[in-house]
Amino acid sequence: MKNWTKLAATVAVSALVLAGCSGEEADPGTTDPGTTEPDATTGSPDGTAAPDDDGTSADLPEGPVTLSISENAAVGGKNAATAEWITEDVIPSFESMMEEQGVDVTVEFVPAASGDEDYKTRLALDLRSGAGPDVIGFDQFWVAEFDAADYAAPLAEIVGPEIEDWEGWDAIPEAVQGSFVLNDQKYGIPFGTDGRVIYYRKDLFEQAGLPTDWQPTSWQDIIDAGRTLQEELPDVTPLQFNAGVSYGEATTLQGFVPILLGAGVEPYQDDAWTGATEAMTQALGFYDTIFGEGLADTDLQLLANGREQSFEQFANGQIAVLAEGDYFWRSVIAPDGGQFPVENVEDVVGYAKIPAMEPGAGIRGQDFVSASGGTGRILNPNTEAPQVAWELMKWMGSEEMVSAFAEREPRITARTDVNETALQDQPMLQFISDEVLPITWYRPGFETYPQVSTLIQETVESVARDRATAEKAASSYESELQGIVGADNVSGG
Amino acid sequence: MTTTATSDDRSGIDTSRTMRRIGFALIVTVIGAFFALPLLWLLTAPFDATPGLSVSWPDWTLANFVEVFDNPQAGSALLNAMGMSVATVVLVCAAAAMASYALSRVQIPGRDILLYVMLLLSSVVTGTAAMVPIYQLLFSMGLINTYTGVVLILTGGLLPTGIFILKDFMDTLPRSYEESARVSGASPFQVLKDIVIPVVRPGLAVIAVWVFVQAWGNFLMPFILLRDPDKLPAAVVMYQFYTSGGQADLPLIAAFSLLYSIPVVLMYLFVNKRYGFRFYGGLKG
Amino acid sequence: MADDSPDDGRTGAEVLGIGGASAFVAPAVGLIGVFLLLPALWTLYLGITNLELTGVAAAQPEIVGVDNFTRALSDPDFHHSLWVTLVFVAGSALLGQTVLGLWLAWLVRRWRGWTRSLFEVLVIIAWIIPASVVAFLWTAFLDATGGTLNAILPGSVPWLIDWPLASIIVFNTWRGAAFSMLLFSAALNAIPPSYLETAQLAGANLVQQWRDIVLPTIKGHILTALLLISLWTFNLFTPFLITGGGPGNATEILPIYVYRRALRFGELGYGAAISAIMLAINLLIALVYLRLAGGRGQEPA
Repeated sequence: MKNWTKLAATVAVSALVLAGCSGEEADPGTTDPGTTEPDATTGSPDGTAAPDDDGTSADLPEGPVTLSISENAAVGGKNAATAEWITEDVIPSFESMMEEQGVDVTVEFVPAASGDEDYKTRLALDLRSGAGPDVIGFDQFWVAEFDAADYAAPLAEIVGPEIEDWEGWDAIPEAVQGSFVLNDQKYGIPFGTDGRVIYYRKDLFEQAGLPTDWQPTSWQDIIDAGRTLQEELPDVTPLQFNAGVSYGEATTLQGFVPILLGAGVEPYQDDAWTGATEAMTQALGFYDTIFGEGLADTDLQLLANGREQSFEQFANGQIAVLAEGDYFWRSVIAPDGGQFPVENVEDVVGYAKIPAMEPGAGIRGQDFVSASGGTGRILNPNTEAPQVAWELMKWMGSEEMVSAFAEREPRITARTDVNETALQDQPMLQFISDEVLPITWYRPGFETYPQVSTLIQETVESVARDRATAEKAASSYESELQGIVGADNVSGG
Repeated sequence: MTTTATSDDRSGIDTSRTMRRIGFALIVTVIGAFFALPLLWLLTAPFDATPGLSVSWPDWTLANFVEVFDNPQAGSALLNAMGMSVATVVLVCAAAAMASYALSRVQIPGRDILLYVMLLLSSVVTGTAAMVPIYQLLFSMGLINTYTGVVLILTGGLLPTGIFILKDFMDTLPRSYEESARVSGASPFQVLKDIVIPVVRPGLAVIAVWVFVQAWGNFLMPFILLRDPDKLPAAVVMYQFYTSGGQADLPLIAAFSLLYSIPVVLMYLFVNKRYGFRFYGGLKG
Repeated sequence: MADDSPDDGRTGAEVLGIGGASAFVAPAVGLIGVFLLLPALWTLYLGITNLELTGVAAAQPEIVGVDNFTRALSDPDFHHSLWVTLVFVAGSALLGQTVLGLWLAWLVRRWRGWTRSLFEVLVIIAWIIPASVVAFLWTAFLDATGGTLNAILPGSVPWLIDWPLASIIVFNTWRGAAFSMLLFSAALNAIPPSYLETAQLAGANLVQQWRDIVLPTIKGHILTALLLISLWTFNLFTPFLITGGGPGNATEILPIYVYRRALRFGELGYGAAISAIMLAINLLIALVYLRLAGGRGQEPA
């Protein structure tokens, strides 16, 4: 056994030696062949960085151009409608349109269909190597961190100042455009957006003697309804507000953030992250109440597939009230093709705006609140054909193409002109578009957002599990938050 | 029939033997159930019109399989996975057999130490932290979006274990046959092929199945290294059967899970029947 | 066992010259050198940088020396994760897979016929079906309301919430017992039956038979099983698919800890540092095994 001791020593030594040697290898960080303007983020706000190209979009190269589009979607899989729209609507029409202009373009679709984190990781790896798709389906809150890494750049820098001339901007509300703006520069064209509401089972409300056209106007209204349901229907879990780490972003954006906004504070406000303020404690107190009184099911928050189970239980009438985005209506309980379909969904399921703590207590003095995410497309800073890629991106954001998409899958798009017609026979989405989007709040695109979001999930879960009181959870949130973003960037309580 | 004189004696032995048999049957039944029961979902959910996250008596249907066959990706995904896994198996088995034979027959200083270091390092590259090096390595070699890249990376990660196990098998073989074959003019390669491989074949079969299973189930490497939709293997495509909110499309996933599991079971049954799925019984002191 | 190849005085050159041996190891050395050694060492190097997936530290990573390591060693989440991992490895690799596998091999050693094949196929299926499928199976098996386990046992226990760590330990035992069963079956087959018969005739009880004959004979196999199974278990990611590391961080074993930092938060440098620490711990575990095995000593006469 002696040579095993020798083995150990050699392993340790050789590991050290080799690790030392590899220090002389090319530093992977500096091999980034991408655009290496370190001050890309601080460039001039009017976006006048001149491209090495020769002018307007009419001047397109003639030679054969190959472009690729990437989305977190796949034909026959996740987000199938998006994938089919790209392969069947966008690509053929764009290719023939370009052909008419004398440009030989081939467009390829690179599907992904995986978790958002996996998709983002793959994009980062591609862009890091100076590779990657030309037109990239993107989540609005990734812009800042990709920009800081030089993986993304302002459109004006990649294409030229003429990007401002696109007439499509007029159809996209300023607030929605803003979701892809950083330092006053446009990084992408927004495509879809969403909003959060409270869903409730009308059948259960009727059985419990509650109004079937419910619209709570305060947190107390929600708690009262929960108590009534608990009393009248003991087999039913009255409320579901996502409160588990395993729910991921759904705990942050579908639940906690709207509650916090309802207490009058944004997670990031006045150039600082919100620490253990009174509003933070009040928001956590809401969770403390509903989970403490058993109005919501703690165990359900702790399972790896808890969110899925909560959907299933709501669809089966075992949960009466559930806070979610419009995705829940479109893809989960939709009678046709939903994951857990509900027959006659319009009669059985109602939806209401999320109330502030009490009327007028929400951010900007609002009575009701919502939180939104948004998707869109950015350009690869290293694209070999920026002009053609920009043409493609514009085409994907055109009224014609966005309408074609809305026909495949009714959704709230970034374009108001499309929404007006496409949502006509979709009362629920109309409701989001008309009532919810005007009061919504977009999550901030900070590099540290994913960590803060996870911290929020852990904090809410600790309250739901009764591991901490609202006050204690808020103060430990603040101290951990300081660890992530720095003490100077946290507003204390 | 009348000689009952010794029957007391005998029935005593019989009883204890029967008791032992019953005890044995009881124990293996319980253990068998422990191994079988978690598999139930795979037998019910794929055939259930509305499969759930738990096991229930199915509302029998084959519609889920129709859905899988209609899916543009499902079929090719299984073929892709098969090609990738088989290529990895061939590469690992060939390289491991040659290397382990040589390492077993020739004293190279520091051999065992190096082998163990490689074994430990192979766990580093399977972790998520190694993504950037792996990606950039293959990118610089122009192997992104190629099966070659995925197969080579998988091979690099699995080879040390293959050599580690196979070398033990090789060590136990007597050398007399090899020596006489060498004397009669066979090349080292012929010796390996005609004498050594047939003897260690069961061990090679174990490695083959193990490597196949690892390659067949790997998600991360093909996901970050492949791009074309028609190149993706089953492990990646299975993750596409989720909704935009990240929720499982259960009818599709349940049926696909069964189709995705069957090849590895068939592969095992085939290898077991053909080569005998046993570690070689030879022992070193 | 990797150290005790037959060094019976021969040079080896009789069957395979140094040249031939070099040619035989060349393909493996090439493959391992380029596709394992290079990325692995590169990863270890990243452990002393602050590289991130996105953000400023992605564009200009800097060498931060031992910062990542000191951060890990002072992070209570890391301590917790390390502890959970050690319990998981001790429970599912050592006690679970190795002991159960050995017991199974002993149990079936004289059993013949199709029932044995069926039994073995069941154990092996658990080992070979893809992890993503297994995750669904065990979620369904342990489900609080409709789960198979609760259907058999009285009551309805939310296993993954009340007994999260125990659940994944049992899961991993189920998952990996096949390997050690196969290994030990071969080992037990190789014990000459006459040894045990003689011992039985001499009045040795089962414990004595094991202590004096079985264990010393299969020591090398036990060592191989322990080394490989512990290493595999230590680096196993599959529990994430069942528990997500929760509830809270109750089942956040180190591979999940690394995944959260490296992939969800994009902290690649920190994740690489944790990988290096895991490497060191694996080495330590291997040394403990070897010391124990070495101490047990005597070879059968």
